[in-house]
Amino acid sequence: MRKNILKATLGLSIVALTLTSCEKMLDLQPQNDVTSEVVYSTPEGYQQSLAKVYGSFALTGNSGGGGSADIAGLDEGSNADFLRTFWKAQELSTDEAVIAWGDAGVQDFHNMNWTSDNPFLKGLYYRSLYQITLVNEFLRQSADDKLASRGISGPQAEEIRHNRAEVRFLRAFQYWVLLDLYGNPPFITEDDLIGGPAPKQISRADLFTYIESELKAIETELPATKTADYYGRVNSYAADALLARLYLNAKTYTGTERNNDAVTYSKKVIDGGYSLISKYSNLLANDNNINNTESIFTINYDGAKTQLYGGTTFLTHASIGGSMNASDYGVDYAWAGLRTTKALVDLFPNEDGSTDKRAQFFTNGQSKEINSLSTFTDGYAVTKFKNKNSAGVSGVNATFVDSDFPLFRLSEMYLIYAEATLRGGAGNAATALTYFNNIRTRAYGNASGNVASLNLDLILDERARELYWEGHRRTDLIRYGKFVSGSYLWPWKGGVKAGKSVEDFRKLFPLPASDVAANPNLTQNSGY
Amino acid sequence: MKKNYLMKLMLSCIFLMTAIVASAQTGSISGRVMDESNQPLPGASVSLKGQNQSTSTDGTGYYRISGIQNGSATLVVKFIGYNTSEKTVNVGDSETKVDFKLLPSAESLNEVVIVGYGTQRKSDVTGSIATVTTKDFNKGQITTPEQLLTGKVAGVQITSNGGAPGAGSVIRIRGGASLNATNDPLIVVDGVPLEIGGIAGSPNALSLINPNDIESYSILKDASATAIYGSRASNGVIIITTKKGQSGKPQLSFNSNFSVANIAQKADILSPSEFSNLVKTSTDPLATPALKALLGNASTDWQNEIYQNALTTDNNLSISGAAGKMPYRVSLGYLNQDGILRSGNLDRTSLALNLNPRLLNDNLKINIALKGSLSKSVFADQGSIGAAANFDPSQPVYSGNDNYGGYWEWLDATSTTGLRGLSPKNPLGLLEQKDDRSKVKRSVGNIQFDYTMPFLKDLRANLNLGYDVAKGEGTIVIPDAAASSFNRFNDPSNVAKGGVNNFYLQKKTNTVADFYLNYVKDLNSINSRIDIMAGTSYQDFYTNVYNYADYSYDGTMRPGSTPTFDTDKPENRLLSYYSRLVYSLNSKYVFTGTVRTDASSRISPQNRWGFFPSAAFAWNMSDEDFLKDSKTVSNLKLRLGYGITGQQDGISNYSYLGNYTISNATAQYQLGSQFYNLYRPSPYNGDLKWEETATSNIGLDYGFVNNRITGSLDYYFKKTKDLLNEIAQPAGTNFINIFVDNVGNMENKGFEFLINGAVVQKKDFNWNVGFNATFNKNTITNLTAVDDPNYNGVQVGGISGGTGNSIQIHSTGFTRGAFYVYQQVYNADGKPIEDTFVDRNGDGQITDKDLYRYKGPDAPVFLGFNSNVSFKNWTAGFVMRANIGNYVYNNVASSTGTLRNIFNPLNYLNNGSRDVLNTNFSGAGTRFFLSDYYVKNASFLKLDNVNLGYTVGKIFNNKANLRLNANAQNVFTVTKYEGIDPEISGGIDNNFYPRPRTFVLGLNLDF
Repeated sequence: MRKNILKATLGLSIVALTLTSCEKMLDLQPQNDVTSEVVYSTPEGYQQSLAKVYGSFALTGNSGGGGSADIAGLDEGSNADFLRTFWKAQELSTDEAVIAWGDAGVQDFHNMNWTSDNPFLKGLYYRSLYQITLVNEFLRQSADDKLASRGISGPQAEEIRHNRAEVRFLRAFQYWVLLDLYGNPPFITEDDLIGGPAPKQISRADLFTYIESELKAIETELPATKTADYYGRVNSYAADALLARLYLNAKTYTGTERNNDAVTYSKKVIDGGYSLISKYSNLLANDNNINNTESIFTINYDGAKTQLYGGTTFLTHASIGGSMNASDYGVDYAWAGLRTTKALVDLFPNEDGSTDKRAQFFTNGQSKEINSLSTFTDGYAVTKFKNKNSAGVSGVNATFVDSDFPLFRLSEMYLIYAEATLRGGAGNAATALTYFNNIRTRAYGNASGNVASLNLDLILDERARELYWEGHRRTDLIRYGKFVSGSYLWPWKGGVKAGKSVEDFRKLFPLPASDVAANPNLTQNSGY
Repeated sequence: MKKNYLMKLMLSCIFLMTAIVASAQTGSISGRVMDESNQPLPGASVSLKGQNQSTSTDGTGYYRISGIQNGSATLVVKFIGYNTSEKTVNVGDSETKVDFKLLPSAESLNEVVIVGYGTQRKSDVTGSIATVTTKDFNKGQITTPEQLLTGKVAGVQITSNGGAPGAGSVIRIRGGASLNATNDPLIVVDGVPLEIGGIAGSPNALSLINPNDIESYSILKDASATAIYGSRASNGVIIITTKKGQSGKPQLSFNSNFSVANIAQKADILSPSEFSNLVKTSTDPLATPALKALLGNASTDWQNEIYQNALTTDNNLSISGAAGKMPYRVSLGYLNQDGILRSGNLDRTSLALNLNPRLLNDNLKINIALKGSLSKSVFADQGSIGAAANFDPSQPVYSGNDNYGGYWEWLDATSTTGLRGLSPKNPLGLLEQKDDRSKVKRSVGNIQFDYTMPFLKDLRANLNLGYDVAKGEGTIVIPDAAASSFNRFNDPSNVAKGGVNNFYLQKKTNTVADFYLNYVKDLNSINSRIDIMAGTSYQDFYTNVYNYADYSYDGTMRPGSTPTFDTDKPENRLLSYYSRLVYSLNSKYVFTGTVRTDASSRISPQNRWGFFPSAAFAWNMSDEDFLKDSKTVSNLKLRLGYGITGQQDGISNYSYLGNYTISNATAQYQLGSQFYNLYRPSPYNGDLKWEETATSNIGLDYGFVNNRITGSLDYYFKKTKDLLNEIAQPAGTNFINIFVDNVGNMENKGFEFLINGAVVQKKDFNWNVGFNATFNKNTITNLTAVDDPNYNGVQVGGISGGTGNSIQIHSTGFTRGAFYVYQQVYNADGKPIEDTFVDRNGDGQITDKDLYRYKGPDAPVFLGFNSNVSFKNWTAGFVMRANIGNYVYNNVASSTGTLRNIFNPLNYLNNGSRDVLNTNFSGAGTRFFLSDYYVKNASFLKLDNVNLGYTVGKIFNNKANLRLNANAQNVFTVTKYEGIDPEISGGIDNNFYPRPRTFVLGLNLDF
């Protein structure tokens, strides 16, 4: 009997041992994913990781049109790409744009009563920090010792070192976004590892210094290349352009003007060999990636290969409604959302663009006055964005738009030079006037719109005429002290038809409540 | 629960394995076996004393033994839980009739309950377990197994996902235990734990099991019962046992149901005349002359166009008996069910085979259970439900020309498709132009060897090998003329292509191997009994998903739709050890302890093993001297239990690995002149582990007046910690902003009450009633890693209307998914004033800081009530259910009941909810969507099922028994809720597939 029990015990032990060896079988790997070692074993892998760092400017995730989002917990189509959220924060909060829709939080921009739960502000914040996190990972993976250990050397290693400067620019740009809109974000660099402790908060002034030092450090490492095979990538002028923009707004960020520096860096870009393209309306045509001598740095979209419901796809579709024909703009359907207020329209000599060709409004069936923000036909539609090329041919895809979006273009540099000079920077007043009139000449097609002298209000108005709907307006109005105050009212500012002043704290957006809850190091911006 | 007849039958079979049909005798005996309340006892064993002749009763209690030697014979009838009855008769040439009436044994000591990895004597059960057997199943047209239970069990809520053929249900046992991970219970079919989640092409994972093959359910509710399933046990466990073979002569059983279903309640939208009146008379600025001019002359009730009366036939044939020493049961089922939404259909053929041989002097018991099914579904486009509620009723169904398949559509000559942009599509066109069909083959099976050691009779070893394989495939075809997918894309040469011609395929192979030893010993010297079980289990879940490109109707591939990978093969594995000790003293005091450790491939090696213990105590009070002789109290048992269970289903397969994934063809980025696919680092969390639920349970089982009144009371308290919570991570610490982490605590407290009573017990007249009530309160007690009083919580419950609007929130101190809404302000007439809300935070403006938490979707109280009457050959019964205190957000009213919806600025007209006549809301802005006006009390009382049966008795020369029955299902609903149905799982009513009202006629034939 005892023997039998022993036998049984033995038998059971064998079964148990067999099963224990199964424990190794619990280490499973997904079929289609690869480890970081595989990705970074070749220069091509680095290239594809670099593409992700760049691509997260444009795309919402790993699946075109949606389905594999980078940002969770938000509507992938409307809340999760950079441009759509950045644009709404920068434009809908101003006199330049209103929207008809009822999406959660979207009306709060123009009503100027956004809160720390606003999904667009959340999406933009997480998008910026996501891209920064990707940059940090790329920097860790491309450190010299990593390259050496992976046997990557020579020109290939050199190329990857250049890439490091490119991604540091992207990080600096996203930190500028956070600096300008949120002020005091959490701060991470490549030294902060994944899964590490909650990041510390950085003050606005310290962040300014960081961005400045980063841009200056990479400026010399970045190539000055402007060739077509370098299109869409960061060159040294992009760093200069961001420095110029940073310095122009330095008083907003730090309390101290830096107009000399703004002059210096805008001039660097201007002297870099860029020129205005001849036709303003082609700036956002869907072939604006070709022979574009004006754009310094762009977000690249493609109807076939870079698909999303934000970016220029959003800007094109949402601008169409009322009696407009979507096919006239190269797309399938109108989304009937975006229009502008008469404050912008009235900056132009006339509405039909016959004098100043930048006045690209659709007025037929639209009323200039806005009685209801949610009625598309209230307010003029803007036809700046389209999915047609400069010859009028539609893009490859009627839903997803090809047009690239310029984050920096020469006109802005002209206007920065002029404004910084006027604000006491060490520029040349005559040169400033020339630059200003370069823009006017293109707009009018001749010198008839040229001016003889400059003043600050004129520059603000010119920035609106030249750069409207390109994501500058909120920053400009803050710099001019007109964003929250009663000194400048526009239709429905603060949610009332005649416009009203709003609280001073609204010059900064709130940090998302979700991150304040998740990160104990964060203090919410005052007022929220 | 109720008397456990068929469970007992299993054991009867075990004792009856010596049935051998002898030859060359002459007489026969037949009759019927009934229980104390004159209900037939199916499966009772009937044997001839001293002879090798036996049989068992059929589904209606009848038996017949033939070929009996003339002379005196003694019949012995046994049924577990009942006193054995003997009758001696004289057998002559003609058939002798002998009926039996069995009485319950005072101490149903031998009655067994199916528990995890084995069975237990009922008296030894310390956990909260409900058993439901065929006798108590819901009757009528039951397509999926869980519907057999609806309303029957306290603490178990089964809410069907709508009226589509084969639609599944949301099953909640004691409210579930999780926030974001699943709340579905673990379902174990004949020892094979099923994977949560279904297969492509199947409306419902459980619908592949023919309800007619199910013998019993064991529902394990508290941790004492479930902890043996460890990391998958937190939401309770449902053990399904299928019918087995019976010894004796082959018994043939056939049943057939025929039913007609029709729509019980349509969406409350404007009638054609109300609509045209509104369009003509509205003076709202939105009602522009251009829009008014779009009004047509037709009067179309679109809901009438899309719904139909639906027919169903359900036929089942089973044969069971013994081939030599091998009991078997084979059953074949065929179901063909139409949906009330036109074109929907489910066609299911199912086959089940059970073989139960006993070998090696009965020391080796083998149970083989194989189930296979082939279901073919045609899925009606459920988008047509919303479209029918929304489509302009002044327009005709057909346009009179051939464009877009002849269906009337909103047109716009200037658009690239000729269709009005973003306009709704013709509802009937949606239905009739989409051909969406699937074929799913599935087989679940196992072989179980149970070996009693001949040298040590108290020890047995049990090996169970099981599988669950499925293949789901389907096609979706839409012609290129269809408006819904007209000119979807351009081919590479820029030619517009429309329609759909797509295929999908998925295969699953899940396998399980269990081995355990069980030692049961009566230690008479110390009046004790021990029952020890220890075992191990290995389970593998493997799916093969085939990826295909997207094609137009004519087979042109959409550029960029080529899948990055042809297949994806997600897999996870589970390795477990478990043990249970039951110690009983004097059969009065019972202690149960269980432990289980689980290791999952989903979890990083450092956290991989989870440990799940439980302990429980039961006191059979009625066996104490002071109650032993009581005439009133026939059973009284106190149960106390505590245990810890886990949940691993919220963890995705490879979440601890920091791998890279490649983007697809339409998510590339241009650098220079080249496009690149993107390598994205995946977020990862090496710290992730099980969610843990600690459950305490106090229960009392009672039986009065010789168990004429039985029932139980249970109080439970479940505390879940380390919730698998989709929670915001500090930005910049990972490659995503929100991922699953172990953060947060939640509680469920509840009380269950069950009573069953035999109201009348007469020879020809019996009436039994049952009532159950459940009170459950769910509270989230923490949601963040860091205490933050300003943290609102996690918004959930996306609604239609705007983009990104959600209506619910998980927040600390409130119930899961509480509605998060503005407080509506009403005018003197009680009508809501548009966009006017209470400034709850008093800051002088309405912002999202004024949102508040209002009620929740889960019913804090739900009740079930059933009644069965038998009078001579007639039976009648009903089942009612009620939910009290559940709230529903009427998304149909909020998204369509506005003038902005009816007078759509995109240049078309829509129909809308009749609610617009009450509110007259224009529908500008966002906030009105989030008004508490739309959150409605959806308490209800439903008459789920009424049935009537008549036993015709012997037909075909006494060869068969015939029973006829008639049913009505979903008979009526009493509620104040104005939407289509107040019973909406999750609490958002948005174009719900209506549950039909069904009338069934059926017959049973037993040979």
